[in-house]
Amino acid sequence: MSSQVTAATAASAWEGGKSPYATNSKKFGMWLFIISDSLTFSALLFAYTYSRVANPDWPKPFDFTPSIIFSSVMTFCLLSSSLTMVMAVHSMNHGKRGAAGGWILATMGGGAAFVVLHATEWMRLINIEHVTPGSNPWGVPLFGATFFGITGLHMTHVICGVIYLGIICQGIFRGKFKAEDVEVSGLYWHFVDLVWMFVFPLVYLMSARVN
Amino acid sequence: MSTHTEEVEHIAGATTVTFAKVWIGLLVLTGIEVFLCYKQLPTLTMLTMLVGLSVIKAALIIAYFMHLKFERFSLFLTLFPMLIFCILLMLIFLGDATRIPGMRPGA
Repeated sequence: MSSQVTAATAASAWEGGKSPYATNSKKFGMWLFIISDSLTFSALLFAYTYSRVANPDWPKPFDFTPSIIFSSVMTFCLLSSSLTMVMAVHSMNHGKRGAAGGWILATMGGGAAFVVLHATEWMRLINIEHVTPGSNPWGVPLFGATFFGITGLHMTHVICGVIYLGIICQGIFRGKFKAEDVEVSGLYWHFVDLVWMFVFPLVYLMSARVN
Repeated sequence: MSTHTEEVEHIAGATTVTFAKVWIGLLVLTGIEVFLCYKQLPTLTMLTMLVGLSVIKAALIIAYFMHLKFERFSLFLTLFPMLIFCILLMLIFLGDATRIPGMRPGA
């Protein structure tokens, strides 16, 4: 937390000094963004789930091997990147800037691996299963629209997160950012991980095919 | 957590061992989800169990990785009851979604 915030919380309530959340404005702003973005993803996932439940002939294009194993590895990448991100925040809070930068680089690696694996999975669906956002061989066009819509929006968040972390990381190595900046970027990254915790079971596991 | 010193103490309360335990817990829960997928349970049963496990995973991530457990309770009260209420409102159409297959001609 910055010295300005420390000073502000110590000031009189009549001078606007009391902070009801005892947090800085950047972090609170990120929390508000996360809550609003949660509602966006919730609406999409609910729409997907309703379409899924309302269509008994909903396709199951994901073979347990390799698709579910593949998406499980993607989940592992994101979960591990969350661990490295929390370690970056922890290091930064203890003044270890070099270590924090290293952990953020590891987080970016996890995010990049996730994007590459996800793109590979998309290519398999498009080229081998012939699924597009408007059509698919199983005659349920909503599948492609919802699948590419949800996973595409999530992948966009991951790519934005990797870029965001890249900016924070180079700033850390140049001595620019403070612990609170790393913590705020960490909140965003954990949110991306959090969304995947719902996308993975609802989109992949619910549409798995076990031979 | 009204001063910098207090915040550092709170965050220090969550050690790297805690983070590692949470990470392992999340991996185990993911493993259970994949196992349930392999067992191919009925759709609504599967949906309920998977969403239940996902909510537990989300709670772990929010509490420990996003540090909400170490923030003031007022922050939680400001952000989450509204979010949960809005999400629960989205459930209102679930009944319609489950009825649609039986309403189709020839069903």
